[in-house]
Amino acid sequence: MDARQSVRQLGPIVIDIENITKDYVMGEEIVRALRGVSLQIRRNEYLAVMGPSGSGKSTLMNMLGCLDTPTSGRYEFSGRNVKEMDDDELAAIRNREIGFVFQTFNLLPRANALRNVELPLIYAGMDPESRKERATQALTDVGLADRIHHKPNELSGGQRQRVAIARALVNNPSIILADEPTGNLDSKTGEEIMALLEDLYQRGNTIILVTHERDVATHARRTIHLRDGVVESDEQTFVPRLETVAAS
Amino acid sequence: MKRFLYELEESWRIAYAQMRSNLTRSTLTALGVIIGIVAVTLMGTAISGISVGFDKSMAVLGDDVLYVTQWPWKPVDDWWNYRDRKRIETEYAERINRIIAATPNSSLMVAVPTSSLMRSIKYGGNEVENVFTLGTTSDFTLTSTIDCKEGRFFNEIESRDGAQVVVIGYDVADVLFPSESPIDKSVLINGHLFKVVGVNSRQGTFLGLFSWDSMVAMPLAAFNKYFNLKNEVDVRGQNQNESDVRVKVKDKTKLAEAKDELMGIMRRVRGLPPEKKEDFSINEQQAFKSTLDPVKNTIAIAGLFITGLSLFVGAIGIMNITFVSVKERTKEIGTRKALGARRRTILLQFLIESTALCLLGGFIGLVLAYFMCFGIGKAFPSFPIQFSFGLVVASMIVSVLTGLTSGFAPAWTASRLDPVTALRYE
Repeated sequence: MDARQSVRQLGPIVIDIENITKDYVMGEEIVRALRGVSLQIRRNEYLAVMGPSGSGKSTLMNMLGCLDTPTSGRYEFSGRNVKEMDDDELAAIRNREIGFVFQTFNLLPRANALRNVELPLIYAGMDPESRKERATQALTDVGLADRIHHKPNELSGGQRQRVAIARALVNNPSIILADEPTGNLDSKTGEEIMALLEDLYQRGNTIILVTHERDVATHARRTIHLRDGVVESDEQTFVPRLETVAAS
Repeated sequence: MKRFLYELEESWRIAYAQMRSNLTRSTLTALGVIIGIVAVTLMGTAISGISVGFDKSMAVLGDDVLYVTQWPWKPVDDWWNYRDRKRIETEYAERINRIIAATPNSSLMVAVPTSSLMRSIKYGGNEVENVFTLGTTSDFTLTSTIDCKEGRFFNEIESRDGAQVVVIGYDVADVLFPSESPIDKSVLINGHLFKVVGVNSRQGTFLGLFSWDSMVAMPLAAFNKYFNLKNEVDVRGQNQNESDVRVKVKDKTKLAEAKDELMGIMRRVRGLPPEKKEDFSINEQQAFKSTLDPVKNTIAIAGLFITGLSLFVGAIGIMNITFVSVKERTKEIGTRKALGARRRTILLQFLIESTALCLLGGFIGLVLAYFMCFGIGKAFPSFPIQFSFGLVVASMIVSVLTGLTSGFAPAWTASRLDPVTALRYE
């Protein structure tokens, strides 16, 4: 069984993009950030997107995260055409299908951990009791059961990123999109966060990791290299364990 | 719907947290609104106070009394047509009363003559100059709201006999008799002694309109006997004496009917042939009101406009601070959008923030205005200040509207932010 074959067995296609481009107008000139990228991501993949700065890495991440829509090409998220969606539909997709983990954590400074994690549930319209229960569970899952009433400035960097991961997880999204999740952390704490992501992957989550660090990318099972707005390489970097495949 | 409620609750919570964490800034911004609301509220109370005082003064005229006068109670452009009209003689009242008595089912009740002059009044060492001195009959009490604090109005017998008695206004009594009761004392008017039989209770003055406080009234017979009306000429060579006849109607809902009847009677009294226009005017309180109402309304509009400007400045402050808030929290807006906040959610969040600030300012402003009204009421009892529940509701509504309008532009900007740009903002 070759590697490609085993990837296919992971699950149905979540993200299907074909030949997408993205142009930005920067003053007089047009910057072509993406020049035709095609990619399929399946459920329970662990994918790393790598590339030097200016390679279109961030732009691709924004596309995948439905924060932005492509200039041309096709993008289907779970079979739904993202390119045709308006702002509110995109917001709904981000709310339910995507969990964001940012390099700078992006927690609300004046809200405690619980409230931060509750936020996506508020936007989803969940009632206060279930909200609290789910958020508490998510925080417990990332090992912060004893920190739920702490504010971000009372938490360490690693704990903050854990809160952010709990927030990304709380809506049971189809994919978790982590943009340089260890970029603002020391290497030891970074390893802990990567271990947490590995754990989430083992529990059946789909993870897309955007990074420029090779060490970080090695945690992923599949790595995409971008250069000048096109996919330079797409390879399996870690052969999935068969029992995981069988389980999913 | 449920989601909207949760978003609303979330927005209130954010607004509260935002105000608390930027206490100085919020207070200063709210101060603009506080000043605006205080100004508008005080203006509002002043205007309703003016209105009340105006109506109170108007009530003296009585809403069921018709006034037969030489000049109409409205501004006229062709004054020369009125100047040479014959005077309204006080004797007309008797003739009108005789006609009323002879008419079955008359809609008129009684006619009362009045004649007035400005006179000085003395008692002991005290003197009041230029007192509005009125000669009338005892029926006068029927046409006007006269309320005696002490004593009584002169009676029918005194009226008929032209007794030397007088009813004095509150302010007149206050000056002439600072420490004793005026009743049965004799005051000196025009070199003649008049016995005080009654003192009016205080009515309050307002805008120099009619008030009994600075008037005296005496029987018309005495008035005519002791004052030489022919020689009453002021510096402009015009006779100062004014006389009119007031007629009380039986049913004030049929005022127009009564007016028609009185018109006919007066034509008879004046002996006018049918083809001639009447050379007198019949007025009622309403006509007077309708000439003064535009003045009142202009004052109200101008006052509210000027004080409204201060509220407008407050609103600009709110708008400014909301713009700053949006700018400062661009990244937060990006994060919220990434987590699934829709445009409406963000719009609502900032609208509520600005509205909360305005409501807070409005509430504080209202409390301040209340105490200021209270203080003004204590300091100047004659100024009829009115602090009403309607005003509270109105100023709260104004606060909310101010918050919504001033917050809208920044909130709209925030809701339209591109999530990618917002997330990258440092």
